[in-house]
Amino acid sequence: MKELALNILDIVQNSIKAKADEISIAINESVTDDLYQIIIEDNGTGIPEEILRNVTDPFVTTRTKRKMGLGLSLLKYHAELTGGSLAINSKVGNGTEITATLSYKHIDRQPLGDIIGVLVVLMASNQKINFTYRHKTGKGEYRFSSKETKEYLEIDTLYDRNLLKEISSMIYENLKGIEASGIEVKESYKTVL
Amino acid sequence: MSKITSLADLKKRREELKSGLDIRIKAIDPENVVQVKVAMATCGIASGAKTVMEFFLEQLERRNIAAVITQTGCMGYCYAEPTIEVKLPGQDPVVFGFVDLKRADQIIEKYIKTGELVDGIIPVNYQTIDLKE
Repeated sequence: MKELALNILDIVQNSIKAKADEISIAINESVTDDLYQIIIEDNGTGIPEEILRNVTDPFVTTRTKRKMGLGLSLLKYHAELTGGSLAINSKVGNGTEITATLSYKHIDRQPLGDIIGVLVVLMASNQKINFTYRHKTGKGEYRFSSKETKEYLEIDTLYDRNLLKEISSMIYENLKGIEASGIEVKESYKTVL
Repeated sequence: MSKITSLADLKKRREELKSGLDIRIKAIDPENVVQVKVAMATCGIASGAKTVMEFFLEQLERRNIAAVITQTGCMGYCYAEPTIEVKLPGQDPVVFGFVDLKRADQIIEKYIKTGELVDGIIPVNYQTIDLKE
C-alpha cells in the first residue's frame, strides 16, 4: 500500500468485523519529537489472547475464506521500516487499540494520503458505526465525529453525496489549518470518463 | 462559495441541499434498489477498492440510479481484486472481478441500467459444489 490512509482503512475493517459501533482514528504528528503515531481504537469484540500473541503473523487470521491476514503485519512492517513499532492492546468484550509509532522524518515513512476519502468511504458504507477522527500537529488539534455531526445537523444518516462532499471540504480546511502533513485529496475517477 | 470550516457552516450549507429525504428511503428498503458491495479487505484495498467505491458513490447518484453502496470483507477472489457484487432488485447477485474505473463505468451503463452482462463476471461456483456427493 502506497499511503498510510489505506493501511488505516484496512485495519478499520478488522474493527468492523469485530462488530464495533464506535471506532476512533487518531494521528499525532510531531516534527520536533520525530513522531508520527496512528492510533485506531474500537469497542468491538476484542482479540482472544491466544490469537493476540501471533496476530501480526501474516499466516494467522480468524477468517475462514483464506488463511492469511495481512492488515496488521503490513502496518507493523511499515512502522518498523522507519525504526518504529506496532503495539496492540485488546481485551475480549471491551475492544482493541492498535498503536503504530513511526518516525516522522524517516525517508521510508509513507505520506498519510487520502485520509478524507477513507473517512468518506467508511461513513458512507457503515452508517450505524460512529467514527471519530482526531489529528494533532504542532499547530493544533482537529477532531471530527460522525455522531456529533449527525446530531448537530439533526439527520439520521450521512449517506448523501453532496453532504459527504461538504464534510470532506470541512475536514480538509481544518487539517490544512493545523498544517497536517501528507494529506492528499484524490478525485482521479473524474478524469477517467 | 465560502469555505466550510465548522458544523455551523455545514448546517447552513445543508439547508441548500435537497437530496436527504430520498437517501433515507433508500436506507429503509434496500431490496427495492440496486445494491453494490465492494470487497474491502487487504487484497481489495491494495488493488484499488477504495477508488472503485468512491466512483460508485459518486456516479450512481450523479446518474440518478437509486442504490445502496456498502463494503464487505474478502469474498475469496483475491486474484481478481477489486471485486464487487451487484444485486439488481429481484435478481440474484452477480460478482464482477478486476473492476477498474472503466469496467465500473461499463457495469453501471450496461449491467445496472440495462441488465446486459459485461466482462469480468466471477461464476458463483461455491453454490454448485457439494463435497458430500
